[in-house]
Amino acid sequence: MSTLYQAMPLWVLLISLVTAVAVFIAGEKWQRLRTAFNLSGAVLKLVLVAIMLWGVDLGHTFVVHLPLLPGLNLVLQADALALLFMSLSAVLWLVTTVYAIAYLERAPDRARFFGFFSLCVTATMGIAMAGNLFTFFVFYELLTLATWPLVIHRGTDKVMVAGRTYLHYTLGGGAVFLLGIVLLYHLAGPTDFVAGGELLHLGEDHAGALTAIFVLLIIGVGVKAAIVPLHGWLPTAMVAPAPVSALLHAVAVVKAGAFGIVRVVHDVYGVELVQQLHLGTALAVVASITIIYGSLRAIWQTDLKRRLAFSTVSQVSYVALGVAMGSPLATIGGLVHLVHQGLMKITLFFCAGAYAETYGIHAIRELDGIGRRMPWTTAMFTLGAFGMIGVPPLAGFISKWYLGLGAVDAHQYWVIPVLLGSTVLNAIYFLPLLHRAWFRPLAITDKDRGEAHPGLLWPTVFTGLSAMGVGLLAAFAWSPLGWVELIVVREYGL
Amino acid sequence: MTEFLPVLAVFIPLLGGVLQFLMGPRAVPVWPMVVSGATTVCALALVGSVTNQGDIQHMLGGWEAPLGIPLRVDGLAAVMLLLNNVVGGLVSLYALGAHGRSGAVNSHFWALWLLLWGSLNALFVSGDLFNLYVALELVSLSAIPLVLVAGPRKTVAAALNYLHFALFGSLVYLAGVGLTYAVAGSLDLTLIAGPLAEGGPAGHMAAACLIVGVLIKAAIVPFHIWLPAAHGNAPAAVSAVLSALVVKSCMYLLLRLWTEPLAGITVDAAAQLLGIIGAAAIGYGSVQAFRQERLKLVVAYSTVAQLGYMLLFFPMAVATAWEGAVYHGVAHGVAKAALFLAAGNVLLYVGHDRLRELRGLDRPLALSVFAFALAGVSIMGLPPSGGFIAKWLLLSAALETGQWWWALVLIVGGFLAAAYIFRVLRYAFLNAPGPTIEIEGPVPPRLMSWTALLLGVLSIVLGFTTAPILGLLGGLPGAAP
Repeated sequence: MSTLYQAMPLWVLLISLVTAVAVFIAGEKWQRLRTAFNLSGAVLKLVLVAIMLWGVDLGHTFVVHLPLLPGLNLVLQADALALLFMSLSAVLWLVTTVYAIAYLERAPDRARFFGFFSLCVTATMGIAMAGNLFTFFVFYELLTLATWPLVIHRGTDKVMVAGRTYLHYTLGGGAVFLLGIVLLYHLAGPTDFVAGGELLHLGEDHAGALTAIFVLLIIGVGVKAAIVPLHGWLPTAMVAPAPVSALLHAVAVVKAGAFGIVRVVHDVYGVELVQQLHLGTALAVVASITIIYGSLRAIWQTDLKRRLAFSTVSQVSYVALGVAMGSPLATIGGLVHLVHQGLMKITLFFCAGAYAETYGIHAIRELDGIGRRMPWTTAMFTLGAFGMIGVPPLAGFISKWYLGLGAVDAHQYWVIPVLLGSTVLNAIYFLPLLHRAWFRPLAITDKDRGEAHPGLLWPTVFTGLSAMGVGLLAAFAWSPLGWVELIVVREYGL
Repeated sequence: MTEFLPVLAVFIPLLGGVLQFLMGPRAVPVWPMVVSGATTVCALALVGSVTNQGDIQHMLGGWEAPLGIPLRVDGLAAVMLLLNNVVGGLVSLYALGAHGRSGAVNSHFWALWLLLWGSLNALFVSGDLFNLYVALELVSLSAIPLVLVAGPRKTVAAALNYLHFALFGSLVYLAGVGLTYAVAGSLDLTLIAGPLAEGGPAGHMAAACLIVGVLIKAAIVPFHIWLPAAHGNAPAAVSAVLSALVVKSCMYLLLRLWTEPLAGITVDAAAQLLGIIGAAAIGYGSVQAFRQERLKLVVAYSTVAQLGYMLLFFPMAVATAWEGAVYHGVAHGVAKAALFLAAGNVLLYVGHDRLRELRGLDRPLALSVFAFALAGVSIMGLPPSGGFIAKWLLLSAALETGQWWWALVLIVGGFLAAAYIFRVLRYAFLNAPGPTIEIEGPVPPRLMSWTALLLGVLSIVLGFTTAPILGLLGGLPGAAP
């Protein structure tokens, strides 16, 4: 294999970085050029990720090392798990770019928006491909820095307050995470991500220290994963423009946190050590509390985006729950939810953005009868909502099914009521929305402008149908489920 | 040829500055730019040859010690020369935009700046205590009048205050030099360590005088009170040089003295005291920076805080801490120069730098705001940046030595820095009704925007170039490899 081919992680990273720089340089005036940069960057990235998927499937390894200090390397690698997250981001980046171009058609400061948007994707790719905790942290903090300008994009006083809250949480979490990493490096030396971890031999002598470090690390990534009680920033950050809420707060940022939990549990500590230290059950309990609490809070939200935000709080913890139980089947459920939740939630946020942009709908009561004006958007919203509830054969059902199987497999029977309870709560906060949209008389009095702008509608239809497709076609080897099974076989060495 | 490079790196800018005085305004901007270019090239060649061939020794005029003047460039000096001349070269380019027209004031600026540049290079290559003293004096005496270039009314009080502290610091330091000579009979850095260690109370007194003298000049809390006014009111290019390089040269001297001639007599209590002073500087400087209402004062107080990090080396005193402290010096130098140059562009465009009235700057001054943000990342110690690598090294050192409380200082310091940096960015991005910019000044020339941005980008790049720079630095002097 040539060096250039092995260095694929670097090229994937540079594509978005170069796009970001090119967009900044193109600036406000050269709109067409900027759009061309944006779209070609996103497409090129998708092609590169597809090549890597094919390579990893064949068993090729992709690694790039940059030594910084003795024993401290910046490592980019692409294993099957990394590619799961990368494919999700690459596909959704392209879709969201199309959506955002239409959404911000006449808004000011678009160059700044798309520049930082590309920078966020760079950071997300880096998080996915990080080969050790140090590298992970570098991109994790870059993600914080690159999302802040997007959260405060509108620049009003209210938005600035939300931006401050966002920074308090994320920078605080980052500091705790850094402390955990430094302590771990001090205890165990620098270790790369390896399936099963490399810390097992320290388990007996340093149980206390390892437990403390685990807690620090999980708090660090838990802030972005919005684990209760570290979730406060997420609903507040909904002041951001819709594409930001859709891609970043439904997918990139929260998933970066969830992905961090997967890496810490699987590739730093290893499932065996986590179970030995009794940390798995603790994490599962925290995740369960988050799942129930997020759903309960969602019921009482009157703002559409805030309800979806609390739903995200709840749903992202499925990933943590699946990973924490320590059974291969539960892990499959958790990891596949990384993709499934992403597709479903981005559809819902796209719809929310389309409602807001077309008829100025923000509050839930304004949704009454909107299904007649915007049937396609509302149909996709319905697909997303049913998927979230877990109606078979949609994506959400597959995740919950495997989580349930895993709970039985791991003898954690208490998880099953949590899953059932969450399903009931999901139905309680989603079904009234659907009832309003389809069956109530029209609430808004604006003149009929018909469906959303095609640039808003088509990405929504694409993600909505994908969310259905990954559920229907789950049995195929190239579905997310098939890929996740490959990951789990490699992680558990089955 | 190689051994003359230190001489060239010192005397080209010194003579260039003197000639600029003599030639006056008509030589601006060609002569200063020629001298700046030549200095940068010589100094970088010097750094390159140290990288390839190791330390360089040169006896000026061929006289051997103790009579001759030894010039010496080791890893630490080479790293500082690299910082000094890269930042110096870029500041010269910026100043070409700001002070490039002929005129008496501009002529004075260039003459003094070249003198200052040469004195800084001289400080880094000096190999004995007395030469260090001479270079330190030259640095102060060329830096203080530079503050006055901003115009007499604004800065006379600040410059006078600076002068008083600088002179007081020099006196204390000179007393230390005298005592050392009395005890050791020599001033060569390599010859005085042993005699000082055996010198009893006089040796301790000498060491204390040397350290306190340098601390005063480095504006370490509680001797910082002259710094904000001087750095905050000087012209942008001067502020950048003062904050990025001049105080840093004093910190260099402190590291140099502590690890070589004073290595035998330093006591742990003194080291801990220096660490505590550093922590106090970080806390006090950051809180003050957060409370300032003027942009340049925020940046100036940030310097007070950031110098504290370098003091954390002393209580830890392991190789990791050594690398962390020096790398912090480099990262802070680059980032702080970017911050001050960006602030200078704001001042040029808006006409003032009152934070509350700086709204929506990201549109007209996108490059400068971006430069400020990039440098801010390094100041906050967030990755990827030079400041982060330094923080990582210092954190590792704190755990390695079991002194975990310094780790807390580092983490809290990072939060405080984030508070004052994001406060500035918040105003820059704010798009709400409120006081607006009344009279828009000229948009800064490209040269001034791009030099600021380049320094900002460099402070990020430093997050990836750790290996070559720390390789050049070498290990902690005196420690087993």
